[in-house]
Amino acid sequence: MRWALLVCLFCFAAGVWAGDVGQIKAATGAVFLERQGQRLPATAGMPVQESDTLVTGADGSAGVTFSDNSVLSVGPGSVLAIERYAFDSTTHNGHFDASLKKGTLAVVSGKMVKQSPDAMRVRTPSSIMGVRGTEFVVKVTEPGS
Amino acid sequence: MLVLALGALVILGAIFAQPAPLEEAVVAAPPSPERPTSTVIVPPAPLEETVVVLPSLDGHTGTVIVQRGGERHVLNRPFAASRLAGGQSEMVQLSAVEVRQSFAVTLEALPARPTTFLLYFVRGTDELTDESKQELKKILAELKQRPVPNIMVVGHTDTVGKLEANDLLSAQRAERMKGFLTEIGIPASQIQTAGRGERELLVPTADNIDEPRNRRVEISVR
Repeated sequence: MRWALLVCLFCFAAGVWAGDVGQIKAATGAVFLERQGQRLPATAGMPVQESDTLVTGADGSAGVTFSDNSVLSVGPGSVLAIERYAFDSTTHNGHFDASLKKGTLAVVSGKMVKQSPDAMRVRTPSSIMGVRGTEFVVKVTEPGS
Repeated sequence: MLVLALGALVILGAIFAQPAPLEEAVVAAPPSPERPTSTVIVPPAPLEETVVVLPSLDGHTGTVIVQRGGERHVLNRPFAASRLAGGQSEMVQLSAVEVRQSFAVTLEALPARPTTFLLYFVRGTDELTDESKQELKKILAELKQRPVPNIMVVGHTDTVGKLEANDLLSAQRAERMKGFLTEIGIPASQIQTAGRGERELLVPTADNIDEPRNRRVEISVR
């Protein structure tokens, strides 16, 4: 019984802290996080982890804040993969690779880009973006969709 | 046992591999779990993409470098854009209005920017100065607007008094602020506090110097 409780506590702590790189701050309409083959309905307050994919429906939009203070949002009909994320809060070193498969994305870069301008890269089906700072938006439209 | 578990995994996989229900809503036919997703053939039509750099809140515009095939677009002016349309890749200048309109829903969803507030204390106490009391009201009003704030409160002191006493006082200052934050409904679990005593002076001074700017808390909100 005591062990079970300990394990539960550990799981809770792990669920809250281990691997959490950001947090969903707003979710409107249909918003999901795809994690390890599972599709989880996303709500405000939910942690975001490396390798998560943020998916919105035709009426969906969502905003996420990351541990390096970067913020981003996706609009309706979007698929955004958080491919790689790491941030050291002491040195401010890190890397952030995201990939917008379709839809719209707005980004305000954070501390890691200030520390090293090559830290953040955003990919689309046709291009790769190096982010030297601050704010930008991206739209990917698949014709016929 | 293993076979059963594998079977369950395959079934789960099949369930989660389905297209999103929201996509299904557009299709007139009822959703069919057996329909393999691989039969949907995406036409090889050209893709359209737009990347636009925006001025930040402080008016400064950063730089985004777009590498598309052999082309490299350096975007460093407000609303400068790199566009792929009809198979053509080009750099164009867009207007603020068309960008704000085109990305309205997305920009609306952008979370409030992480920020840090500073508040100052009366010497030797965890009482805010009159000015900071007014400031606190504004900060609390702003924090109420944030849907799920994560807050870090770090207390500090000046160099008057003993190191240990200052460690304690700085922690008290942070805790006092946490009290104000929980009063407006922010869950205590979302607020971390720390006291740094006189170990992290805003204005470096010798020991036993009464420096009002060092008697402070930093409230960082994400």
